[in-house]
Amino acid sequence: MASAAAPEASSQAISPIQVRYCEVCTFPLEYCEFGSSFTKCKESLAEEDEDLYDKYYSEEALQKKLGTISLEAQSKLEKDAAAKEAKAEKKADAALKKKMASQITIKRIERHKRKYVTSIHGLEAFGVDLKKVAKQFAQKFATGASVTKNPQGQDEIVVQGDVSGDIVEMIEDGVGLLKGVPKENVVEVEEKKKKAGD
Amino acid sequence: MFKKFSPSTDVSGQTSVKTSVQRSIRSGILSQWSIDQDTLESIWPKKEPLILVKCREHISIYTLHGEPLFFQHFDGPFYPTLRMVHKYPFLLPMVRVDRGAIRFLLAGAHMMCPGLTSKGGYLPPPDKEIKAGTPVAIFAEGKEHAVGLGITKMDTEEMRRVNKNTGIETVTYLGDDLWALQKL
Repeated sequence: MASAAAPEASSQAISPIQVRYCEVCTFPLEYCEFGSSFTKCKESLAEEDEDLYDKYYSEEALQKKLGTISLEAQSKLEKDAAAKEAKAEKKADAALKKKMASQITIKRIERHKRKYVTSIHGLEAFGVDLKKVAKQFAQKFATGASVTKNPQGQDEIVVQGDVSGDIVEMIEDGVGLLKGVPKENVVEVEEKKKKAGD
Repeated sequence: MFKKFSPSTDVSGQTSVKTSVQRSIRSGILSQWSIDQDTLESIWPKKEPLILVKCREHISIYTLHGEPLFFQHFDGPFYPTLRMVHKYPFLLPMVRVDRGAIRFLLAGAHMMCPGLTSKGGYLPPPDKEIKAGTPVAIFAEGKEHAVGLGITKMDTEEMRRVNKNTGIETVTYLGDDLWALQKL
């Protein structure tokens, strides 16, 4: 949480207020109700800190919260919040599905006769830092590895030399940064250089 | 301003700031925010190097050890980040919007005058009028902490009189991409 980085106050300086943020949605606790994961936020707070939970979600607090807003508007607000939550959940589901369906393409590209480069595309969908993975490859294979943009404008890792087999193995074993990348999604492709005049 | 912001595409470079420039930033902040020297010193110690993160559309974010402290658009006023306003709520003049406006604010909308002038809202009294073009912290009815930061589009007295259209332009709010960005 951000509070860890709070500066130390000197004698005259006014010390910072520590705001408790929700673990689920990162908002200050009182704003959870406007977030897209209200039920989850509520549950996690109830488990962690009952006093605070009472402060925000007891009957009394709920009554007070109504404030100047009319009952009608309030119920509409609640409905909106529920709809928003459902939508957010759906979106997260769809994102997960898409993630599981996305493919990693390992391409062996012929540069010159028996010289190859290997390009790996699609790793970023699994939340890995491409730059760091490129570094890892470079270290492992003792060759150059870089993150470049392909003609479609997407990022991919290009490793010098034919290491496609080794990379497939690495992904299967989940070495280092490649942990959590599903091996079922790996596709190997070969790209031959076209002969001049074709 | 930060509704859509991703460090990978929108940041164009990071540089450390020269001490002479740091000095002018420091004096600028001291004159713009209601903060005394010691408090600023505890937020941003003189010895620590400030990093300037240049972003698209002339936005510059200043960070300390990777944590955004404040930002600036073109060479306009300095805005603290929302997390900083939570820690030091007195930095900027305060306005409050009513409960009905919160969800619009959290969707990134600008704040309209009626939300500020209604019963749940708050504008400073006439003798403490906020002029147009001042950064303000936006609080919400029944809540303890700020939900956003904005810049006034007209004087607060004018807001009361006109009571129509945008009163405060939202700059950053709870849950936008600057909020999501804890480290740069």
